[in-house]
Amino acid sequence: MNIIVCLKQTFDTEERIVLENGGIKEEGVRYVINPYDEYAVEEGIRLKEEHGGEVVVISVGPSRTEEALRTALAMGADEAILADDPELFGDEYTIARVLAAIIRQREYDIILAGNQAVDDGSGQVAVRLAEELSIPHISTLTKLVVEGDRVIGYRDAEGNEEHVEGKLPILVTAQQGLNDPRYPSLIGIRRASKKPLSHVTRADLGLSRDDIRPRTEVVETFLPAAKQGGRILSGDLDAQVNELITALRTVEKVID
Amino acid sequence: MAKKVLVAADVRGGRLRKVTYEMLAAAGRVADGGTIAVAILGHQVENLATGLGDFGADMVYVADAPQLQEYTPAAYRKVFLEVVRGFAPDVILFAHSAVGRDLAPMVAMRLGAGQVSDAVDVAMENGQIVFTRPIYAGKAFTKVVVREGVTVATLRPNNLEAASGGQGKSGTIQKVDVQLEPVDLSTTVREIVQKATGGVDLAEARIIVSGGRGVKSADGFKPLYELAEALGGAVGASRGACDAGYCDYALQIGQTGKVVTPDLYIACGISGAIQHLAGMSNSKVIVAINKDPEAPIFQVADYGIVGDLFEVVPKITEAVRQLKAQGV
Repeated sequence: MNIIVCLKQTFDTEERIVLENGGIKEEGVRYVINPYDEYAVEEGIRLKEEHGGEVVVISVGPSRTEEALRTALAMGADEAILADDPELFGDEYTIARVLAAIIRQREYDIILAGNQAVDDGSGQVAVRLAEELSIPHISTLTKLVVEGDRVIGYRDAEGNEEHVEGKLPILVTAQQGLNDPRYPSLIGIRRASKKPLSHVTRADLGLSRDDIRPRTEVVETFLPAAKQGGRILSGDLDAQVNELITALRTVEKVID
Repeated sequence: MAKKVLVAADVRGGRLRKVTYEMLAAAGRVADGGTIAVAILGHQVENLATGLGDFGADMVYVADAPQLQEYTPAAYRKVFLEVVRGFAPDVILFAHSAVGRDLAPMVAMRLGAGQVSDAVDVAMENGQIVFTRPIYAGKAFTKVVVREGVTVATLRPNNLEAASGGQGKSGTIQKVDVQLEPVDLSTTVREIVQKATGGVDLAEARIIVSGGRGVKSADGFKPLYELAEALGGAVGASRGACDAGYCDYALQIGQTGKVVTPDLYIACGISGAIQHLAGMSNSKVIVAINKDPEAPIFQVADYGIVGDLFEVVPKITEAVRQLKAQGV
């Protein structure tokens, strides 16, 4: 089975956000594989372990992303491709087009990715990629079963769980709960350094600037107003509960 | 310049969700005197089209077919693009919901269009539509514009004021001829299992009662469910509680998990890790209940009670029930 996993490197979720020159400060930050993509990597490796084949991990991002790809290789992926040519960066439209251009050059049965990234959180790229490749997709999976060319995905759909069936080739996106990603073993880390990691440029992909021109533009980045530390209620518990209920009803008007 | 705006109605359980009216309000802001249409896709949804003129719709496209009973990406995309061809919108608004999140990028890609996801606000600035959206789950925000072509956006429920009634637009209903072939049904829904989230969906809940490690067990969530039920709200959880196996991951709120902005968020036994705060700190009113007065959750809480949640929560439930019983 030819398995492709798309991933993004993101800030660790415990990082605070600091602004610098109107943008987000990126120095001194701990980076990780986007947690949702990490589920996708793990699931891809499990598919390989069950069905045989190869896992290729692909990312579009700056050179620091190599570290995330090496981690995926150490977990058990076989090959990595990094589009770190800044001319390939842009918005979700751009990234989906770039990923599609890379993937079109290869054989694939299934493509996995996180359902969103914890930084931009737009949840567009994977679905756009499926459209660009004209293949079906099933999103936000908490369980995946592949039998022959039949694919069953359990989908988290706002409190409901939908059991959806499709066929290979297909793209699926991972939701939390899909699996418990493994830690790379020492042997895995050693092997990862010898696995192929290639870099691609805009020229390699035969894309013109116009092919991948971003549609959107961020015009401002700002931090939310700091939340005022609130009131700790005092008195005996009954009095506190009374005060709380009264405040929620008459001051805040959020209960009736 | 007047713009044609298409609103993708968000249908769940045979009704229009409130976010549909919030999108209509947003449509009113950006249409600038242009035409507003609503698209309703589903099965036995024709009755939902009536009366939308009062909320600002000039036209209502209704695509009603048994194959649209459940959301499947390819079928919905095909039918929705049919509506887009007929109406030729400049702006398309979806809800940032299970369906909207999935359908919007498909439509945007087919149109070669830019999309702004999860917008919490929209305004006209110098003739340009400017969307505000959270990044890093609300640790920061960006303002985003679409530079060319059709503008696609998904709006987060519960953030914009819903459109008010009595607008007296025509709301002319137009049926869409639904023609689907096997290729449009490349995925099929076999079964739908209802999960125990107290019956109210987290994304849309106006009130959320949420538990953390302090809840100590799956059983420990019981008083939280009772409070949520008394308030007509939903139950959520922190990553700590989910990782410990006290509840399903579907309940997780945070940077991994769901990002919520209810009117009232009651955090019970949640210390307030940064990644959890990112998912809930934009709630309108936050109440924290925690044994540890130093817990970071108190720094974002409007009201804090230092105490054992197993004593405090039942007392609040009791007080709410009394309130409801009095009918005031």
